[in-house]
Amino acid sequence: MSHHIIDFKDVVFQYPDGTEALKGVSFRITHGESVGIVGANGAGKSTLLLQMNGYMLPSSGLISIGDLELTKKTRQEIRKKVGVVFQNPDDQLFMPTVYDDVAFGPLNLGMSTERVTDRVNSALQTIGCLDLATKPPHHLSAGQKRAVSIATVLAMEPDILAMDEPSSNLDPKSRRDLIGLLKEFKHTKIIASHDLDFILEVCERCLVIKDGLIVADGPASDILTNQLLLEENNLELPLSLQKNRMQ
Amino acid sequence: MDFDKEYFNLGFLDTLSYKDTVIHRLDPRTKVIATFALIITVVSFSKYEIARLIPFFLFPVVIFSLGDIPVWFILKKVLIVSVFAVFIGIFNPLFDTHVRVNLFGIPVSGGWVSFFSILLKFFLTMCSALLLISTTSFPGICHALQKLRIPEIFISQLLFLYRYIFVLIEETLRMVRARDLRSFGKKGKGMGVFINLIGTLFMRTIERADRIYHAMLSRGFSGTIHYVKRDRLRKADFVCLSVTGVVLTLFRAYDLVSFIGRQAERMF
Repeated sequence: MSHHIIDFKDVVFQYPDGTEALKGVSFRITHGESVGIVGANGAGKSTLLLQMNGYMLPSSGLISIGDLELTKKTRQEIRKKVGVVFQNPDDQLFMPTVYDDVAFGPLNLGMSTERVTDRVNSALQTIGCLDLATKPPHHLSAGQKRAVSIATVLAMEPDILAMDEPSSNLDPKSRRDLIGLLKEFKHTKIIASHDLDFILEVCERCLVIKDGLIVADGPASDILTNQLLLEENNLELPLSLQKNRMQ
Repeated sequence: MDFDKEYFNLGFLDTLSYKDTVIHRLDPRTKVIATFALIITVVSFSKYEIARLIPFFLFPVVIFSLGDIPVWFILKKVLIVSVFAVFIGIFNPLFDTHVRVNLFGIPVSGGWVSFFSILLKFFLTMCSALLLISTTSFPGICHALQKLRIPEIFISQLLFLYRYIFVLIEETLRMVRARDLRSFGKKGKGMGVFINLIGTLFMRTIERADRIYHAMLSRGFSGTIHYVKRDRLRKADFVCLSVTGVVLTLFRAYDLVSFIGRQAERMF
């Protein structure tokens, strides 16, 4: 299906203060792929994610999501296709109750109350948090907040799911649950993270980004076992592989 | 660690509002309307009224017991704010000195009577307002206000306030802790550091607002916040509203206290 494709062509992005965060990034992600984006702090991972739904428009270069080219005019459309889950759930969850928050997106899409209710219930069901519906976000644990943040995006049924550091601040059990959850999704997934084990488990493909450029692109199992490449990028072998090596 | 304590107090009030009792289950609209009606009735009495205000204590008593609200917690809160009421009324005894009543032979001036009337009214209104928030979730109150046609913009402001006050307080708490742990004696706790702290907090708030706005845009926000309607007025709500209405009218229109007094006099 052509409309689930993400295509970046020579994307350059400069922050207003002159910092060049992306210096010509090109890649193509096709339908159903799960792609991890790794790189050092400040390499441009988050900037890259923010480009995808048009919060920031590239200074030059071309981004297309499906058949649509990302411009000021099309970004409303594109936001329906690309769901972004932010790093901090407190930024993502801004409504007074979980239910209202999950319903926020669908209501903005102009759906009827019945359809919104269906969407909200099924999204909460997927993440196993149906019983949290009436709670205010500040009564949730970090793991629950993360799960609900994902539900808020799922309720909009996007074609593409983009996540920034989804495993940060999670205890091992919640992290494990999240991995299981993400593995079940058939969406196109893009995950920016420093948690390399997480990427190794969830993603088939991996992009390494360094100083605003993509320096490696290939199967996650190849890239995340390449010790030299990883160490050049302030990264290291995933812990699970380190253990194997020691034995 | 005063800051911590205040935060837990606020959190406790919020936790109370999520209990599940007869009072909590009522529709927020019912409670908002009833509270407003009570407040207006109470303040509508003349400034020398004391005896006729007493029956109104029935309302807080009923809500305290049915709503399973810890009495001391609320009373402490009322006591803290009562300073304002005391200051409003404290000069009445000085200016209004003509004797209005003789209490067991002691002449009591109009000033003292009106002062106590102010305190009673303050206690009743404050108590019912606090009881409203401790028996109704804040979003519930906001939805009720929205249905009662309060402009959208105020509702959104209130909702965001409620959502982020906890986040903001926690952020401040962490900063204050970090400062306390690295400051010794008076050093580090001066005005200069405090100003920096506020400044940093302000900058962080702006950045957060930006991220929140982004999150809203990502989910198709285009100017108005929509909500799913869910509360339904049930039979219990109508019963509660009509009982409140009848009792309030009764208390307002008839002087029950002196009626009971006269009956008692006749009996003995």
